[in-house]
Order: sequence, then C-alpha cells, then structure tokens
Amino acid sequence: MRAALFVTCVNDALYPGTGIAVVRLLERLGVGVDFPKAQSCCGQPQYNTGYRHETEPLVRRTARAFAEHEYVVTPSGSCAAMIREHYPRIGRKAAAEGRGNELAEAAATLAPRVYELTEFLVDVLGVTDVGAYFPHTVTYHPSCHGLRGLGLGDRPRRLLAAVKGLDLVELPGAEECCGFGGTFALKNPDVSTAMGTDKITAAAGTGAQVLCGADNSCLAHLDGLLRRADSPLRTLHLAEILAATEEEPLS
Amino acid sequence: MTGTYLGMPAFPAVPDLPAFPAAAREAVRDEVLRANLRHATHTIRDKRARAVAELADWDRLRAAGKAVKDHTLRHLDRYLLQLEEAVTAAGGTVHWAADADEANRIVTELVRATGEREVVKVKSMATQEIGLNEALEAAGIAAYETDLAELIVQLGHDRPSHILVPAIHRNRAEIRDVFRAEMAGWGRPAPEPLGDDPRELAEAARLHLREKFLRAKVAVSGANFMVAETGTMVVLESEGNGRMCLTLPETLISVVGIEKVVPTFRDLEIFLQTLPRSSTAERMNPYTTMWTGLGPSRGADGDGPTAFHLVLLDNGRTDTLADETGRQALRCIRCSACLNVCPVYERAGGHAYGSVYPGPIGAILSPQLRGTRSAIDASLPYASTLCGACYEVCPVAIDIPEVLVHLRERVAQGGPVTRAGVRVTLRPADGHTAERAAMRAARLLLDHPGALRAGERLLARARRLAPRRLPGAGRAWTDSRELPTVAAQSFRDWWDRERSNPR
Amino acid sequence: MSSKDRILGRIRRALRDDAPAVAIPRDYLPVHGARTPAERVDLLAAHLAEYRALVHRTDEEALPALLARLLGARGARSVLVPTGLPPHWLPAGGPTRVPDRAASTPYELDRVDSVVTGCALAIAETGTIVLDAGPGQGRRRITLIPDHHICVVRVPDQVVDSVPQALPLLDPARPLTWISGPSATSDIELDRVEGVHGPRTLEVVLVGTQ
Repeated sequence: MRAALFVTCVNDALYPGTGIAVVRLLERLGVGVDFPKAQSCCGQPQYNTGYRHETEPLVRRTARAFAEHEYVVTPSGSCAAMIREHYPRIGRKAAAEGRGNELAEAAATLAPRVYELTEFLVDVLGVTDVGAYFPHTVTYHPSCHGLRGLGLGDRPRRLLAAVKGLDLVELPGAEECCGFGGTFALKNPDVSTAMGTDKITAAAGTGAQVLCGADNSCLAHLDGLLRRADSPLRTLHLAEILAATEEEPLS
Repeated sequence: MTGTYLGMPAFPAVPDLPAFPAAAREAVRDEVLRANLRHATHTIRDKRARAVAELADWDRLRAAGKAVKDHTLRHLDRYLLQLEEAVTAAGGTVHWAADADEANRIVTELVRATGEREVVKVKSMATQEIGLNEALEAAGIAAYETDLAELIVQLGHDRPSHILVPAIHRNRAEIRDVFRAEMAGWGRPAPEPLGDDPRELAEAARLHLREKFLRAKVAVSGANFMVAETGTMVVLESEGNGRMCLTLPETLISVVGIEKVVPTFRDLEIFLQTLPRSSTAERMNPYTTMWTGLGPSRGADGDGPTAFHLVLLDNGRTDTLADETGRQALRCIRCSACLNVCPVYERAGGHAYGSVYPGPIGAILSPQLRGTRSAIDASLPYASTLCGACYEVCPVAIDIPEVLVHLRERVAQGGPVTRAGVRVTLRPADGHTAERAAMRAARLLLDHPGALRAGERLLARARRLAPRRLPGAGRAWTDSRELPTVAAQSFRDWWDRERSNPR
Repeated sequence: MSSKDRILGRIRRALRDDAPAVAIPRDYLPVHGARTPAERVDLLAAHLAEYRALVHRTDEEALPALLARLLGARGARSVLVPTGLPPHWLPAGGPTRVPDRAASTPYELDRVDSVVTGCALAIAETGTIVLDAGPGQGRRRITLIPDHHICVVRVPDQVVDSVPQALPLLDPARPLTWISGPSATSDIELDRVEGVHGPRTLEVVLVGTQ
C-alpha cells in the first residue's frame, strides 16, 4: 500500500520531526510514502480569518498535488478537517457566486481521500498497537478540530494506550479548547493565553512528563506558554511517540 | 426609583463600545469574575450533559427542532399571518414593529392608554434588545424586572451578562450587598439581617416583589414560542414570576421576535423536551404557561388579562433571514447552552460581547441584527477559537463556527448584505488593510513552493537570531508565549536528502 | 406603507433564494422506554420528588383524611377550593373553605394559606402535572398565590409517559399550566434552589383506583 503524506506548512517549516516520524511510522507498518512536492498550505489560516477568496488558489493547489493518491495522510486534525469540511463549502460558495463548479469538483474528489493520521492507522490499516516504545508518563490533549470536527473519538488514546512502557494519565478538562484557534491567538491574546494557561496547569497537575497532542499548531501555543513558565513539561506530537521504538528511540 | 438604569445600547443603533479583545482583557484580569463564571458554567455543563444523556433520541429531537425552525423560516410570512389571525380571533391585538424605536413607541403608548405609571416585566430578551425599560423610563413609566437575576441586574445598575442568568457574573455575597443597598429605593427593603444563602436571597426577592405583583395592572413579557395554528403563547420559567405577570395584571403586552413562531401545537413536543434540558439542565422547568388570548370569555372569567397585545418585532431579523448562511441564527431558542460550554465566554465574561446576546450565539446574532459597522460588532465574529463546543450542544443545531467564519468574511472582504430590507454591498471593514496584505502575501508565498522553500531556508539560517519578543503585531504572541524553535532544516529538505523521490 | 406590509415584504424578498422545502423528521421517540402502569406511576413519583415536590400515595377512601392531615400539619387556617372539586375531599371541620371567585382580588388570595386542586394529567418522564382550569382545578391564579399547593392526581388513569403523549390530550384553547415541582431558581451561581414566587411547597397526592 502507498500513501501520500500531506505534511502541512506548519510541520514543514517548524516541526519537520513530526513529518519524519510519520514517514518512519508508516514505512515500519509497510506503507510506502510519497511526498508530492507541489503541496503547500491547506489555506485554513486564510479561510478561518475571513479571506475565502485568498484560500481558493490553495484549494486548487492541494487538490492538484494529491490528485493521483488513493490515501492522503496528514498529522493534523485541523488541516484534515479543513479539507474535508470546508473545501466542499468553499466550492459550493464559488459555484453560488457564478464561478463554475471547478472548485467544488476539486474539493469533492479530494475530501474523501484525506485521512488524519490516527484515522488512517486505526480505520485503514486496522492497527492500534503500532509496535512503539516510549517509557514515559504522557497525558493527551485532543485538539478541537480532530475531536469535534472529524470525530476522532478515542482513536488517539487507544494508540497511545498500546505503546509499550507508556503510562497514559487522564487530562482533566481534556475536551476543552487550548485557546490557540489560529489567528485567535493573535487577535485575542489575553483570552487565548488564559485558556492555554488553564490547559497547561491541568496538564502539569497530572504529573505527566509529556503533553501529547495530534496538532502541532495547538502544541506550539502550549509549548510557548510552558517554556515561558520554565515548566519541565514538554509537548510532543503523537506521531513522534508512535514512531519511537526500543531500537530507535526518540532522539 | 434611585439612580439611572444603565441598560444595554438598544439595537440596531451602532454601539460605541470597545472591541471584544480590549473588553475581554479587563475581564480576564478580574479574578472574582473569572471564579464566578468558572463555577457557574462548570456546574451547569455537567448537569446538562446528564439531562441530555437521559434521552436516547436526543439527536433526532435536535434534527426535528432544527427542521421545524427551518420550515417555519422558509414560510415565515405565511405563519405570521396565520398567527395574527389566531391571536385576533382569541381576542388579542397584534402590532407589527419594524425596529426597536417603533416597538418602544407602541408599548409606551399602550401603557399610557391604561393610565398606569408602572409595569411588571417577565424576563424577555426581545425587550432588552430594544431597550424598552429605558424608553419607558423616558416616558415616566417604571418597569420592574421580576426575574431574580434581572432584578439583581436592575437593582445593581448593572448590565446583563448571560441569556438565562443575566447576573451570572455576580456571586452570592455580591448579590446580598446589592439587595441590602438598593431594595429600599425601589420598594420593600431587604430583610435584616440578610445572609448570602441563595434561599435567603430568593426569599428577599419574594417579599420585595410580591407587593408589586399584587398591585400590578400592566405586565410586559416576551414569549418562548407563539403557535401559529392556535395563537397560543408559551412561556417557560422557573420562579413563578412569569405566571404572576401572565395571570394577575389586567393588561398584558408581549414583545415577540418574528422568529419565535412555530406552526403547530404539536411542534411544542420537541422544544419542551430540548429547551429545559439545554438551558437549566432540567427534565422540565418548574412552570410553563400556555395561554391562548382572552378566550371565549374575553377575560370575564377573571382568569387572566382582559386586554392582550402582541407586538411582533423585526429589528434586523428579516435582514438576517436574507442571508443564506447567517439565517440559521434565527433558529435560536435562547437556551444559552452555547454560553455555558464556551471557553471564551468563560474567560471573557458576557459584558465583553457588548450586547444583550453574549457568548457564541451573540457573536453571530449581534453583527447580523446590528450590522458590522461598529468596533464591537466587527470584532465579535473573531471572538471564538472555532472549537465547535457550541455547535455540539446547540439543541437546534446552529453551526455557529460556520456562521462565525461567514461573518469574518463579511468583515474582512466585504460583500453583499441586507440592511433594513435593502441589498447593499459592504466594503471591507476598517483596520483590516495590513492583515489583508499579509494574507495575500502569505497566499502568494504558499502558492509558490519554490519561494516557500527559499523562505524556509532563510528562516532556518536565521533561526539563531530569532528574538525572544517580536515587535508590532507579533507581540500578541510573544508577550505571553515563547516562539517555536525553528528547525535546522525543513521537512522538504530532509525528504530530499533522505528519500530521493522520483516524483 | 404599514410596518406589517414592510416586514412581510422584507421576508418575501429575503426568501427569494427559494431554499428547498424542509420536511420535518418526526422519528424521535414517542416514549422513552416501555413501562407498566405501576412503573409509570413510580417514575412520576420519583421525578416529582427529585424536584422537591412532596409525594403521597393513598386511595379514594383515605384521601379526605390524608388531605386533612396535610393541611393540619401545615397549620392551614384557610384553603382555596376550586369549583368542581369533589366535596367529600374536604369535609367540614377543617380549615375555612374559600371558594374560587372571579371577584377575589389578588390581595384576598394572598391571605389564603393553602389550595387543593385536581389536574388534567401528569407526565411521568418529566415529573410534570398539567392544570387546564377544568373542574376541580380553578383559575390559574389560585395555584399561584397561596404558598402551599396540594394537587391530587388519579393514578394510573391520569398519568401519561411522555410529553409527546401529553400534548394531544390537552386543549390549547384552555389556559394550561405545567408544573414540575415547586417554584425554583438557578439565578444565583447557577445553583438550583427551591422557592421563589410560586407556591414554595407543592404536595402531590397520587390516588390509586382500588
């Protein structure tokens, strides 16, 4: 089986380790990975800030970049939700504005082939034990777009629970937003910071060494708060935990 | 009456209020407020979840409630005419008010015609929206709020901050202080000594308001539902103040938004199951009154008012109806479940929303009813992380995040919109020029992976130079957070080195 | 142009996009679970009690004595009696019987200690009694102003399972009052406390048919 990696712009530039982890993990599970170079950003920052027209070229680009792949896997619930939920909406609106069906068709052909990483692992590959080893105490924050947008449910936690050596502790108020929210973090910094501070306080209270998430944009916000507070708690993308093994531990 | 009642700015005037981020900044720093809101919203959140979980068919009730509202809106002209006919046949008089001023004029004239100088009021969002109390006061008519939370707000010269519990920002000790200081100026003083036990406070309100209920000749209410086929008014409440107002006075004036109509009596079977569970987390609220005008007796049986006036209120609702995406906000049944789960509301408090409709529903309702001209209304669509908790709990499935993004587009890009019944094209709101340029630049960069890669490499090379704190707009991030560490090489570069991909 | 015409005109223009007709799915449940009549009554009692109504059970024969005892325990000196209440429920010798008269002022009603009524029906799933001003129920105000309301429900005949079952049995032309426990408020810290303006004590007597 082959799958195309949609690494996302945030991971490409700031968190390459997450992309590398997905490649290693999928290859270990017998999946050949392609990386179409024409890929870029899904356009969510533009779309969610109110710039739908600026988003359209990125919809076209993303659809074109992955036109030939049966499975498109991305380590971001947020970007997956953007493609699955909002691309069709962007297409419908363009059509309603009399600009033809091209975008709607591009969205319709791409959306059903896009999988968030944990969906791909659990639903397509049918695995929850990916053979990972990570001897640390971990607490998991389910990001909103994965949780409520995609309905990931307990997939991430099942994957974590099966990791050898990993002690998974419950995060109080887990389902509450961390306060990142894309440009919300900049437009409403006080509320964003208050929400994030409550989240890291809850995470630190669990006694975990690692605050795990499946969206690096949320983790960038939480990590920024943790480091400003000189907290020993570190953030880590789920993919990097799942990629770690006894032979090849997380560097 | 003492002091001046500082009501909310009436719709659809352009409110001169600070934008949401600035207002929220104050609230976030108010430790007492934060604690009050956290306690209250968390208490009700868990209860709501339990009340909803009792119904195995919740999703179907939600879908049915959504469909009833959509169907009604789709044929709103027809159902309003049917309602008018039914109410008139039951002895009521129907008035139509295009905006707040007209509604206030109608109500003021109706009260004047009775010769009375005071009215008792049942909690009503519509009358708050139009600023009726202030209009009545200007006409020399005292309006007494009788809902406990509204009483607290009125006595405290305060502003409402929640749809269901307007005094949610106050804790019991603060409420006791308000009662002690203010009740005497409005009527019966608070009993002495007065503790801060909610039971004692409720008792004080009972004593204070009873004399007003017993002597009241005119009441003003809203309605939760108006049934088109029968002309039945439906009011859900808990304290009995609603029953007092709907039963004892001789004249009842009800101000009701045009979106409150439902087609049939049977439709209530849906909302009577979803509304109490969503709002107070109860299987059923203590009191529901269903009242169909004066009936055949024309009020001669002494079982209610002898005069009934229904004021149907537009005030921006038809403009909202004209927007295909935004019109779903008119499904709202004012349960306030979205407020109670909203993490932004919990920290920013209701006042920051600058409207009688705070929280997620307010963030999509106010900019539609009032327009997006003011600083506060242009900032409300951005007062959300789009986390989706509001949509999840909404009993009529309003996709609030979808409407928020839609309204952000209206603010940032402009576009077609209906104001006072006229289709106009909005220009982008002020203050978004730099952002628009940045979005465009980012898009151009992102749409050219060659340039993107060059940018990433530049960033990687300069990573050691990254400042701890950014100037300008970036300060919003670095004032409270470290910047992410830039990796030595991008994923793209790693891929090229490690996996030579023939594609 | 009248405001009515203006509003209707705006609505019609707003709907010009001609959104498709909406069918209303009514596949929600008419009842939540299958119950025997006895289970239905038990559920009603449990749900009433959960919202702080005081629930009593008796039979037709023992009803007058129970009512006398409840009024006595309360120290009621007067009791409102709606037209059509079975006379033997409140035999002479108890509190002064005050008939429900259209001429009574709110102040007069405020001086009465208790009220005894029947009801139109009761709903088990929500713990609700519904009054429709029919015989034995009186005007809406008599169950509002006195601080103590005793409501008699004939079980199992007057008990339905659910809200969807209740509505078809009710006539919207009559004034309907749905009561689920005594007056309450959640307005202070969203914490529910009982007793504000309505009767602070609600006693529900479930009378079995023997």
